[in-house]
Amino acid sequence: MAEFRMPSLGADMEAGTLVEWLVKPGGTVKRGDIVAVVETQKGAIEIEIYEAGQIEEILVPPGTKVPVGTPLARLRGEGEGAAPAEAPSAAPAPGVAPPPAGRPVPSPLVAAGAAVAELASPAARRFAQTSGIDLSAIEGSGPGGAIVLADVERVQAGKKPAGGLDLDAMRAAIAAAMARSKREIPHYYLRHEVDVTPCEEWLERANAERPPSERLLMAALEIKSVALAARRFQAFNGFYRNGRYEPSPAVHMGVAIAIRGGGLAAPALRDADTLSLSELMPRLRDLVQRTRVGRLRSSEIGDPTITVSSLGERGVEVLYGIVYPPQVALAGFGKAVRRPWVIDGGIVPRSVITITLSADHRVSDGHAGALFLAEIGRLLQEPDKL
Amino acid sequence: MNEDEIRKILLEELGNIAPEADLEKLDPAAGLREALDIDSIDFLNFVTAIHRRLGINVPELDYPKLFTLDCAVTYAASKLTARVTPSEAGAVN
Repeated sequence: MAEFRMPSLGADMEAGTLVEWLVKPGGTVKRGDIVAVVETQKGAIEIEIYEAGQIEEILVPPGTKVPVGTPLARLRGEGEGAAPAEAPSAAPAPGVAPPPAGRPVPSPLVAAGAAVAELASPAARRFAQTSGIDLSAIEGSGPGGAIVLADVERVQAGKKPAGGLDLDAMRAAIAAAMARSKREIPHYYLRHEVDVTPCEEWLERANAERPPSERLLMAALEIKSVALAARRFQAFNGFYRNGRYEPSPAVHMGVAIAIRGGGLAAPALRDADTLSLSELMPRLRDLVQRTRVGRLRSSEIGDPTITVSSLGERGVEVLYGIVYPPQVALAGFGKAVRRPWVIDGGIVPRSVITITLSADHRVSDGHAGALFLAEIGRLLQEPDKL
Repeated sequence: MNEDEIRKILLEELGNIAPEADLEKLDPAAGLREALDIDSIDFLNFVTAIHRRLGINVPELDYPKLFTLDCAVTYAASKLTARVTPSEAGAVN
């Protein structure tokens, strides 16, 4: 028997509100399934489960705020026998029995004889109530046509232009994390100017043949180059926790994403070093979109191993980042600018990006940082190999 | 498709990209990226939406022609017109 607990979604999180269950008692789950939605300062986060098995019992009802580590549900592992039945009153309600596989069953909630007009999850009901949305006007996408939170949110999004983000809470989370960083992490900073003309020329050629949905952006090259360098330079990819550094074998790239209206989140693009640019780009677009509507997954929030922050085309030339604890490094990219550049003794106009490294002196020194930063610059000279 | 219909579709897609923006107050002659605080990924989503909704594959070289809402409407209208001969024009939806 295992317990599924309220995960820690970042160093600054102490508690979370369970907003919605996406599984029912008796339901089976596999590793990586999204089983619940938790509301945090970073918005609503989809929580993944890391064990396979059957949900035995749900311990925390929707709408409850509990500390990190609180058991949320009991899970019977694969191959484990059923737990002995408890009190007779604990017999499962007809509505929650798993439907037999292979044949259509009527909506379990309807079968249970619910006389209410609409089938809706408690979270959907609550959200509809607070947003003044009429449930009877919504078509549900949940089991048996039940209205789930996402359906109401869709209606809400169409009705009123507003994200699912609480920007004040997000500001408080940024403040807590950055204050901790400035208090605890002895930063050092390096900067390196890199000729990215090869990247721009390569992108122009690659994108000329691609429809818009498959086009690549400079940001994808930046992320991939840092990911590859981070895989090689272990002192910049991992966590500083409990007084010691733990390098990470995987590279989960935190991507700093600005929220319009004032806000910032840096969720992880997981295993960024193993993705081709054509795989990385749609993942990046998806991540940016979900971050801005406040719909991230727990694995994306909890475990970036290093972060990239890129100002993009409308920014300025240099960004000096603050390391996001418990990470130990952040690579910052300014906007590309045309500069006179010396090549083979002649001066030519080239596109130049200033890349910075902010890193933790408890783990690495400027010498290693310089080699790491130079490696990123070198990788960007051969975009076709990224 | 006339320019009003094109404008309606483009505004709808801009609304999807920047849901918090008040598009009724958007100056059609203002630079979209500044006016709506749109970054390069948002802009790529806009170009992708134009491809999906209007069937116009905007090459990167033409991105500057989508600088303002008015420019984008004019550009899309000219691309749609160029695709049909006058005799077919009535059948275009």
